Amino acid sequence: MKALTWHGTHDVRIDTVDDPEIINSRDAIIKITSTAICGSDLHLYDGVIPGVMPGDVLGHEFMGEVVEIGKDSTLKKGQRVVVPFTISCGGCFHCNIKQYSACENSNPAEKQDMSATLYGHPMAGLFGYSHLTGGYSGGQAEYVRVPYSDVGPIVVPDHLEDDKVLFLSDILPTGWMGAENAEIQPDDTVAVWGCGPVGLFAIQSAIVMGASKVIAIDHYPNRLKLAEQMGAETIDFRKTNVREALMEMSGGIGVDAVIDAVGMEAHGFAIDNMLDIAKQKVGIGADRAKALKQAILAVRPGGRVSIPGVYGGMTDKFPLGALMEKGLQVRSGQTHVQRYTKDLLEKIEDGTLDTTFMISHRLPLEDAPRGYKCFREEQNEWTKVVLKPDMETAR
Amino acid sequence: MRDDNGLRTSASIAGIGLALGGAAFGAFLLNRRKGGSDDAPAYTRKSPPGEHAAIGRTVTIRKPRAELYTYWRDFNNLPKFMENLEAIRSHGETSTWVIKAPGGTTVDVVTKVTDDCENERIAWASTDQSDIATSGRVEFADAPGDRGTRVSLIMSYDPPGGAAGRALAKLFLREPEVQARHDLKRFKALMETGEITTSAHRKDQTREAKQQENG
Repeated sequence: MKALTWHGTHDVRIDTVDDPEIINSRDAIIKITSTAICGSDLHLYDGVIPGVMPGDVLGHEFMGEVVEIGKDSTLKKGQRVVVPFTISCGGCFHCNIKQYSACENSNPAEKQDMSATLYGHPMAGLFGYSHLTGGYSGGQAEYVRVPYSDVGPIVVPDHLEDDKVLFLSDILPTGWMGAENAEIQPDDTVAVWGCGPVGLFAIQSAIVMGASKVIAIDHYPNRLKLAEQMGAETIDFRKTNVREALMEMSGGIGVDAVIDAVGMEAHGFAIDNMLDIAKQKVGIGADRAKALKQAILAVRPGGRVSIPGVYGGMTDKFPLGALMEKGLQVRSGQTHVQRYTKDLLEKIEDGTLDTTFMISHRLPLEDAPRGYKCFREEQNEWTKVVLKPDMETAR
Repeated sequence: MRDDNGLRTSASIAGIGLALGGAAFGAFLLNRRKGGSDDAPAYTRKSPPGEHAAIGRTVTIRKPRAELYTYWRDFNNLPKFMENLEAIRSHGETSTWVIKAPGGTTVDVVTKVTDDCENERIAWASTDQSDIATSGRVEFADAPGDRGTRVSLIMSYDPPGGAAGRALAKLFLREPEVQARHDLKRFKALMETGEITTSAHRKDQTREAKQQENG
């Protein structure tokens, strides 16, 4: 089959690789019909996530048709399913308390040591996201093996087209959990850093949850426009002093909750961020937490800090004093996707959530390398790329 | 991700290491839980007591104590999750553990159960008929609430004698802990999910398949 494989920083290719097959009895094989490039895939593309090996198949936002099942899978051949990017066994302590992204069994035993050393505990298995998270082949391919297929995949009704439900795999529940972690109350003013797909879904979710005002912060005009269409007020951080503006726009109190939907490769031209960029480039491993640092200073005392943005290592000059002295609450984490898929599918069906507005490009799988390049370099226009293995290449 | 010979050899050595134990080990085990002035297991101390390297690891498994004990007590099940254990042949009082060794060879260890308390613990040690000395112990205790069972695997071992043994001692001191940890996590996965987790893409890429291929 054809698959998008990683070969090094800014080097991804379409290779022919072996088709996957059923190994364990709860497995299923999915024929991919739609698969997206995620903002977090750009961290792999930029080479800032450790443990990626040449030839690894990327992709963790995907859906398709069940074509093969193990004897203990609860799926049926021919069903259309969306597959969560987090792999969860359903049987361990964490799955039992619905902390699915902390599953203790989905990262194979022999692969757990690296992340356990880094973080004190091993990470759960994720599709197509380095050997830190299991080394699973991802879904930017024609087929994928899905373990524990009785726990993760959600069957979607035929009348909902792929583009409407695909994002149940990651970014929609990630944006939703980002807003949920901000514990939004009806009179709240909420600020969201980053108007990429997760930020846009977090904005939409915060509004659905009843926030009185949502303020979106970015510097790409097109992305700010999408945020505005979702009902947010906007701040262009290249033109405006963000902290001062947030104080004014929240009546001098400060925003009640902040959501960092940017993560480890924040843009910004202040001297500390340029130093962080330099350190990241020479591999001494500091995450660029520019957006998060700004958010912590902007949030009101007693406010909430939600971090759906991805971080992988350490960061320097973290405003720990502000965190303590202002009495902030911080919540973060990889998304517990399986906790949200059913409810969010209902919200898509009844029209509460719009999931298609951000898709800017639909490409055949063969064009995935170009998709990565443009998604990274032309962020204003390329807001979300969906790959379709069945789409004709010649255009 | 292909295992090369070097990797395979150290994995096999680790397998022996897992099964290794010293003669004085029994006495150590009896006191293994608390060794100092605090309540932490002795194997977590910064300077372990005695001359014997001690390793231990605990996992919580969401299954009843009796089910886990029963599965482990049938030693024929051990090769399903202990990667370097090729086979077990039971014969009455003792059983022979066939352990993978470097260079595609195997080592026979004749073990005897030294302590067996139903649903609580099983301890084993090698007999004089064995190629090498080995012992270990597994304990089962109720976890709070509905969390299931806490399972601890505790080992102590001497590096083997002889020049070759001394050369390998470094590996023995390091790798058995890794191997024991992985084996215990595979046991947990097997009990909680019914399968050994693998990220392989095809059957011939699983660790099991590769090991058989490498002989």
